[in-house]
Amino acid sequence: MNRRISGKVLALHLGIIVLLLVAQFVLSPYHHTNVARIMVFATFALGYNILLGYTGLLSLGHAMFFASGIYGAGLTVFYFQFGAIEAFATGVLSSLVLGLVFGLIAIRTSGVSFLIVTLMFAQAAFLSILYFNEITLGDQGIVISQVLQPFELWGTEYPFSDPSVKYNAALLLFGVTFIICIALVYSPVGRVLVAIRENEARTRMLGYNTYKYKLVSLVISATLSGAAGAMYALLFSYIGSTFASIQYSIFPLLWTLVGGMGTLIGPVLGTGLMFYLVDISSGLTESHLIVVGVVLVGLVLWFPKGVMGTIREKWLTWLP
Amino acid sequence: MAAVTLLETLDLSKNFEGLQAVQNVELRIPTGEIRAVIGPNGAGKTSLVSLISGRLRPTAGTVRFKGEDISRLPAWDRVNRGIVYTFQVTSLYANLTCYENVALAVQRRMMGGLLDRLILGENRITQGTELALSQVGLTEDTHRRAGDLPYGHQRLLEVAMGLALEPELLILDEPTQGLALDEITNFCELIRAISKRATVLLIEHNMSVVLELAERITVMDRGMVIAEGTPTEIEQNVDVQRAYLGTDAAA
Amino acid sequence: MSLGPHLFLALLEGTVAALVLALTALGLSLVFGVMRIVNIAHGEFFMLGAVLAWWFGSVIGGSPLVGFLVALIAGPLIVGAVAIATDYLILRRIDYDPESTIVATIGLLYIIQQVVLTFYGGDAKAVEAPIYFRVSFPWFGYSGYKLIVAGASALLLIGTWILISRTQMGLYMRATQQDEEMAQALGVPVRRVYALVFAFGAMLAAAAGVLVVPIQQAHYLMGLEPLLLSFIVVIIGGLGNLRGTIVAAFVIGISDGIISVFFSPTLAKILATLLVALVLVVRPGGLFGEEE
Repeated sequence: MNRRISGKVLALHLGIIVLLLVAQFVLSPYHHTNVARIMVFATFALGYNILLGYTGLLSLGHAMFFASGIYGAGLTVFYFQFGAIEAFATGVLSSLVLGLVFGLIAIRTSGVSFLIVTLMFAQAAFLSILYFNEITLGDQGIVISQVLQPFELWGTEYPFSDPSVKYNAALLLFGVTFIICIALVYSPVGRVLVAIRENEARTRMLGYNTYKYKLVSLVISATLSGAAGAMYALLFSYIGSTFASIQYSIFPLLWTLVGGMGTLIGPVLGTGLMFYLVDISSGLTESHLIVVGVVLVGLVLWFPKGVMGTIREKWLTWLP
Repeated sequence: MAAVTLLETLDLSKNFEGLQAVQNVELRIPTGEIRAVIGPNGAGKTSLVSLISGRLRPTAGTVRFKGEDISRLPAWDRVNRGIVYTFQVTSLYANLTCYENVALAVQRRMMGGLLDRLILGENRITQGTELALSQVGLTEDTHRRAGDLPYGHQRLLEVAMGLALEPELLILDEPTQGLALDEITNFCELIRAISKRATVLLIEHNMSVVLELAERITVMDRGMVIAEGTPTEIEQNVDVQRAYLGTDAAA
Repeated sequence: MSLGPHLFLALLEGTVAALVLALTALGLSLVFGVMRIVNIAHGEFFMLGAVLAWWFGSVIGGSPLVGFLVALIAGPLIVGAVAIATDYLILRRIDYDPESTIVATIGLLYIIQQVVLTFYGGDAKAVEAPIYFRVSFPWFGYSGYKLIVAGASALLLIGTWILISRTQMGLYMRATQQDEEMAQALGVPVRRVYALVFAFGAMLAAAAGVLVVPIQQAHYLMGLEPLLLSFIVVIIGGLGNLRGTIVAAFVIGISDGIISVFFSPTLAKILATLLVALVLVVRPGGLFGEEE
């Protein structure tokens, strides 16, 4: 893979952002909100993919980062009437700190041990939210839309109840994250992360302190996931303990695998596909999550590289 | 000019749950030398160099490099100080191109501060990579997938990666295994060229290569050093002959 | 009730929990030890046992004891069949690759949960205990059935130990766990061993589910907690180390019992979770396990 970002790659990826920008004017209201939600979740998936697809570490605990973003933003709005920017910053900061603390403890493990540690910590976080229910109100959940003040820029107010504010805020988050990911993947750091994924022992023997790199990757992954969470709280208002449950650790894995891990467009596409798949099937049956199960098994058996992964392998080898 | 000791091991030992892989080894390699370590299978050669390169922690003893005790340092740290090890069993990035394999090594050499880590110019990396690949003769394979290369070329790729790290001590673990005769000749020339810039520690089974290249030879058997000297001395050494009895000397 | 009896009650509760947990965790540990894979759907096998117990109880009229005994035998067998199907249709095809297995068993988890949701419903349903009697201690009365659960679990554990150490299949399992290539070279039918180990692990979990369901209720989401607790036990006891698993189950079960009785169950779980994570970080192979 050529390290210089080719015009093709740049055009394709920036094109996606532009496409999403334009789409808001043609989508029906139902799809409008959906796409906004998808973009926030896609940010989560992109964050997750940095750790899984590019560094090769499988985590089943990312719900705790997503939740720390949600609660960091949501609780500060609810209790201290923080404005949108401060709340968002708090959410991002709390997941960064959580990622750092967790990483310092957990990065020395690998493989199955790492997986289980992520699972355990996330579960502890989930239980803690319930244990401190007086503060978090995690059981019943909080809705912050009443408390959240509109976002103010140069004299104009942008209330978060306005669908186009939701959409463009989500788009902004997604766009920035997407660009950060592209930059990271093409940077020298990104090259080392891929090396760690491919052969960690070799990478150490080339002089790289792989512990440090894995830690950095985890912190970035956690922060991006938390940013998605913080934005989710601001846009969709509901703050509940479900977002810390194991489901929200499995979803980013699912979205990333469907779309193709180790690609940049993959997690985005996967999020969109699975969102609509679950959406459609929830209209059909109460047991709609069975599609999740069937998709995961199907992926493993026949489509291990996901949509974009297969496309990259068979046709467009220049995709990052 | 007095020889400066580059690498020194003192009383170095490694114990694997009862198996004494390396026993009280004392090794002293001056700067600029080509040293070969030979011995029958299981003599502890790879364990010894693993202790030197940092892949293994010693049970006892110390390793000193350029006068400093490096026994506690992790492997990656030793690489950055100039000790480079090429694997006995090839360990490459099979799914990446030869270019990418070597570029990773070149990048490591060039990465200075924090900013470098983010925006290091690709041009400099390309130059270094192309140079290393041409030194081992793999220029044609630059964009081939490393896993697709024939075994001998994979070994050369390992050497290229080692060179790209600009080592002071280059440790080669059975580098000629799997190479054809003409490739071996080229390889010997390459090592001679390298030894003008680096000290070379070579583990080899191929005695003709050893006799051709080595300035001094250390012989190991069952974890211990049983002889050390110039190629002539070693050829005539009775203990060495005994250790090798029954073993085919030529690879 | 003063401290002493309270402690005794906690110990009793802890012992019952520990034995059931040992049974469940043993299944997971065996699978990891022999096959080197993690089965994320392990808790769902437990849940299936419980749900099947309810079903047999409701379908077979008459005394709950008959339904219970049928469930105790048929339940694990059915779950074992599900496990073998999973091995044959999925695990074999992905060649037991660790990461793919994790993803595939997550998928299996969802499938099993949702199938149960469809046919059994989303409510928690109670199952009558097959035998009801109270054991009178000087300070409190204790459910006799719980003691039977403890006894039955202990029996099953002993049975498993005999199977592993005394039978040929057990020998095959131990050989495969030690050195798979060697075992294969010596003629051990490794593929078949894998299928049977996977099934056996599932059956142990299902049996635990059947035993436990009169004490808890059967609910389609009840598998998550046993899964996490089993992870905790297997990590502390050592991935693949059977003796360590049983010791760890007792440590966890009893301390969980004590903390739950004196403080809060949620806190107990939080502490256990964090403790395990820390153990893993310091010793990646578990406290007793092999170094990875």
